[in-house]
Amino acid sequence: MATVDKSRVPWWVSNLIVPLVNLILALFVSGLFIFIAGENPYEAVRLIIYGSFGYIEGFAYTLYYTTNFIFTGLAFAVAFHCRLFNIGGEGQAYIGGLGVFLVAINFSFLPVPIVWLLAVGGAVIFGAAWAFIPAYLQATRGSHVVITTIMFNFIAASLMVFLLVDVIRDTTQMGPHTVALPEEQWFPSFEDFAGIFGIKIRYSPLNISFLLAIAASFFVWFLVWKTRWGYEMRAVGHNTQAAIYAGISPYKNIIIAMCISGGLAGLLGVNEILGVHHKIVAGFPAGYGFTGIAVALMGRNHPIGIFPAAFLFGILYQGGSEVTFDMPNITRYMFVAVQGVIILFSGALENLFRPQIENFFVNRLNLKAKA
Amino acid sequence: MEFLSDIASLINSTLRISTPLVFAAMAGIFAERSGVIDFSLEGKMLMAAFVAAVGSYFLGNPWLGLLLAIIACVSLSMLHGFASVTYKGDQVVSCVAINILIIGLTTALAAAWFGQAGLTPTLTEDQRFLEVNLPFAESLRDVPIVGTIYSDILSGHYIFVYLAYLTVPIVFWVVFKTSFGLRLRAVGENPSAVDTAGINVFAMRYKALAINGVLIAFAGAHLSTAVNANFFREMSAGRGYLALAAMIFGKWHPKTALVACLLFGFTDALQIRLQGVELPAIGEIPVQLIQALPYVLTVVLLAGFVGKAIAPNAIGQPYIKER
Repeated sequence: MATVDKSRVPWWVSNLIVPLVNLILALFVSGLFIFIAGENPYEAVRLIIYGSFGYIEGFAYTLYYTTNFIFTGLAFAVAFHCRLFNIGGEGQAYIGGLGVFLVAINFSFLPVPIVWLLAVGGAVIFGAAWAFIPAYLQATRGSHVVITTIMFNFIAASLMVFLLVDVIRDTTQMGPHTVALPEEQWFPSFEDFAGIFGIKIRYSPLNISFLLAIAASFFVWFLVWKTRWGYEMRAVGHNTQAAIYAGISPYKNIIIAMCISGGLAGLLGVNEILGVHHKIVAGFPAGYGFTGIAVALMGRNHPIGIFPAAFLFGILYQGGSEVTFDMPNITRYMFVAVQGVIILFSGALENLFRPQIENFFVNRLNLKAKA
Repeated sequence: MEFLSDIASLINSTLRISTPLVFAAMAGIFAERSGVIDFSLEGKMLMAAFVAAVGSYFLGNPWLGLLLAIIACVSLSMLHGFASVTYKGDQVVSCVAINILIIGLTTALAAAWFGQAGLTPTLTEDQRFLEVNLPFAESLRDVPIVGTIYSDILSGHYIFVYLAYLTVPIVFWVVFKTSFGLRLRAVGENPSAVDTAGINVFAMRYKALAINGVLIAFAGAHLSTAVNANFFREMSAGRGYLALAAMIFGKWHPKTALVACLLFGFTDALQIRLQGVELPAIGEIPVQLIQALPYVLTVVLLAGFVGKAIAPNAIGQPYIKER
């Protein structure tokens, strides 16, 4: 395998062509799974595209899922720049949702915009707090953050079910969920905005949290690439020994990176609770935390990459639910498997064809230069 | 006597519950001693449970199901090796990918083949492993103490329980007393030195992963064809991670890892026993909080109240022959 001179590979080859080839491979393997399950992959693709773009509510659903994936994708990416695998987005989002609800219900006497600000703060603080313990243990005791964050997902799930059943349950109802927040606190939804312009559309969960997700993307970009702290954090992630030599504390940076990561995951609670459910329902993170891993890896851990990756997963989720409607043999778990395949090809196996592809383009460009 | 039989049944369930953890921890020791991180124990265990249940259902023989599970797990181990040894991809990412892939694929295929709930059909007695009664267990039952230990604690387990505890000394012997084991450990500590000695680092890591796949298949088959009579969604319930934590806590050593596995098993047995019981002074602890006990224990153990764990030196780093 001939090595390629990295400096001569154009940026669009390593950042666009290679991820695209990996994605196509992953989708091809996913098609095989659908075939094994006894359905037609071409038909599934058609349904996915129709379900996510074919009608306005479908598209709104796609953007709603995109919102969640931007939050959890950013969360994974921030920790990853410090070489930390925060697999705990699921639990952090769950606890973040608790923060949103507790703040909103306890400060309901304040004007609504202030409650919203406080609730966003509550999500960040609760999510960050849930990430703090694994971070502290990683920094001081070297307990691997993958295992501790996974355990914290299980613990969060147990804790929340306990709270929903025994402590904050809406006792007038059967299911394990809380009372609904007062209606004026609900985030304005997409259909409200469309109503202003006189367009009537049916229900979709898309709400102004989408804008919050865009803002969070800018925040992460600024934080990681434009601040001194971002530089320190990336230095720790890249080469801890060199960072220590340069006077950068790995302890401090590990903890801050994990807390910011947990806070971003907690924002998922804002979308789900202020925007969609208006109360805590058991298991509302529904795997979005895990999908964030795939989103971040596909987006190469950069907000500019995470946005299209989150959008792609939004298409897969929304289009996927269209598929599960029409194809009895396909359940939503098939799309969990698809995520696994995408992580495999765009993460672990990203070097599979990279040398060949890079060689190909470098040689083409050389020929052109000579001609 | 009431108290004594309580203790006996607690030890009995500890042995049973620890079994998949022991297999998984031993599997983990092989992979990680060779320098390959293996968080994918969880996914492989789930895959084995699924394949064993489905295989046994269609072929009518639990041993054939186990064989298929072994093939499936070794294939997944090879996939992990392909990504992280040959193509030098990130080992943790590869494991996360395998885990998510298997959670999705097993449930999706179970639903596609057997109906929406994601369960496989219940196995008949011929299609699953049954409890093994040791010889003379019935006649010795009434002998005090010996009877309790032999008949109530040791006898009447599934075959996997005996195999698991038999595996531990064998793993110890292989890893610490054979030349294969020496090479295995050397590959995980200092691969370039091993390479200089003319041993193929990549081949050693693949061999370690193959053994890892065989061992983890037993854990999964135990879950779906012995303790339970079918596969259900996410039935491994974090046991792969618990086993990994036990292995780390046991400092990558079979004997201490076994102790940690038994500790986890005991906590889980106790957790089941405590559900709905009024405790003096505390009262009844809510079920959801008790169920979180093994997970809390994992975090506590990993925090290392008994010293910091030192991993094999070259763990997580792909070996690059020539820089």
